[in-house]
Amino acid sequence: MQEAVKMPAPRVNVENKEYWDAAGRGVLLVKRCTSCGEAHHYPRAICPFCYSAETEWQEAAGTGVVHAYTVMRREQPSTVTAYVALEEGPLMLTNIVDYDADALRIGMPVKVRFADAEDGIRVPVFSPS
Amino acid sequence: MSIRGKAYIAGIYEHPTRKAPDKSLTQLHAEVAAGAVADAGLTMADVDGFFCDNDAPGLGPISMVEYMGLNVGHVDTTETGGSAPIVHISHAAQAIAAGKCSVALITLAGRPRSAGVSANPAPNWDVPELPFEFPYRSSVLNQYAMVAMRHMHEYGTTSEQLAWVKVAASHHAQHNPHAMLRDLVSVEDVLHSPMIADPLHRLDCCVVSDGGGAIVVVCPEIAKTLSRPLVKVRGAGEAIRDLRGGKANILESGGARSGAIAFDEAGVKPADIKYASLYDSFTITVVVQLEDLGFCEKGKGGRFVADGGLISGVGRLPVNTDGGGLCNNHPGNRGGMTKVLEAVRQLRGEAHPAVQVPGCDLAVAHGTGGWLASRHGSATVILERE
Repeated sequence: MQEAVKMPAPRVNVENKEYWDAAGRGVLLVKRCTSCGEAHHYPRAICPFCYSAETEWQEAAGTGVVHAYTVMRREQPSTVTAYVALEEGPLMLTNIVDYDADALRIGMPVKVRFADAEDGIRVPVFSPS
Repeated sequence: MSIRGKAYIAGIYEHPTRKAPDKSLTQLHAEVAAGAVADAGLTMADVDGFFCDNDAPGLGPISMVEYMGLNVGHVDTTETGGSAPIVHISHAAQAIAAGKCSVALITLAGRPRSAGVSANPAPNWDVPELPFEFPYRSSVLNQYAMVAMRHMHEYGTTSEQLAWVKVAASHHAQHNPHAMLRDLVSVEDVLHSPMIADPLHRLDCCVVSDGGGAIVVVCPEIAKTLSRPLVKVRGAGEAIRDLRGGKANILESGGARSGAIAFDEAGVKPADIKYASLYDSFTITVVVQLEDLGFCEKGKGGRFVADGGLISGVGRLPVNTDGGGLCNNHPGNRGGMTKVLEAVRQLRGEAHPAVQVPGCDLAVAHGTGGWLASRHGSATVILERE
């Protein structure tokens, strides 16, 4: 695989800073509501299911399966955009990296890793596990 | 309160241009406005309600009201992406039913082809999901392609079936002198066009065009004084479908909800519909919307569109007889306006004779604005020839 150009960096804000700080340490976080017990992504201060403010960061297993994907052919090199169904339940938009093109499929088990984005930020991506 | 029968579409206009390097954006808005008002047999001075979305420059409706010299007592700039004009018809009918206006003008225009602007807007970092999508280069393309990929996985839908949506559009577009692409296209042509975002080929994607359109919605009393055929707003629905904290079913669009609301209000069923305008940003969009509106069972949209299923006169349901966004026009990267325009032409009996549905008295126009997999605004309107 060609050396990928650096991913665009997210703009970090007060609500999501902990997520990006953890990613910088190589840790994937999800938000879980201690009121209704549901995990959600993208992470919010307020639970989108029960509207409780009792949400807490939880270290994710970092594993999941590919729920949907596409290969963006016009990008050089082409990138794979995917929804990964996390072990904790929610779908997470991500990129698949270091994959064997012939093995790429829905249902493929994947594991998190962290890619360098612009501005020194690290971003969670997934590879076949 | 229902809007059923409370408002009529009296005027429509589709700008004939598909590339407008010599016209400003506001000029396009004003030209389509004048066209629709004239089509209704009214004047700009009769307009007392104005509706537009974010393709209109300026703060909400304010700059356009000034530019066009409108004298309005009611405005609405609800933004749901490409489905917004369909939402505006519903909101115009509500405003008319409430006595807030009696002649509502809806305009849409854009010149992305001349301006070279993509459908992906510049980042606004207050948008909460953006930090979690921007690094992965989330785009209109990949958010529709992933639905297509998952649809194939879950239901066995094929690229050949998706290609039939484009083939039908090309069959219709050959009769539209204004269509951007008028050549007949085969399933093989679609499959042999370059892969853009698996499984979507280049010919699974709509055109990028300049242009626009406008609609005039009026109260029943005014509609009955005009010489145009009476096209009644019979029912309408809107819905936002998002990722629900990551637990949404990405194969079900907001059309399931907006369609149910609209059909319920109209008191009709999908089987009663003679013609459907369905947003065809991509071929997969049509398949998902057909299922969600109830024209076929979930997962069977691929079989529904196959073998000419959407071709007027020969298929199961005539869809997008103007050539749709896939072949005719997608002004400003927004397809909702042109969907309504062709539905009105069909109901008036003013579609091209080669694609006109005989006795077309009930039609649906439906749009999906935004991103099919992640989040979008769906809107449905059911129109009746009286």
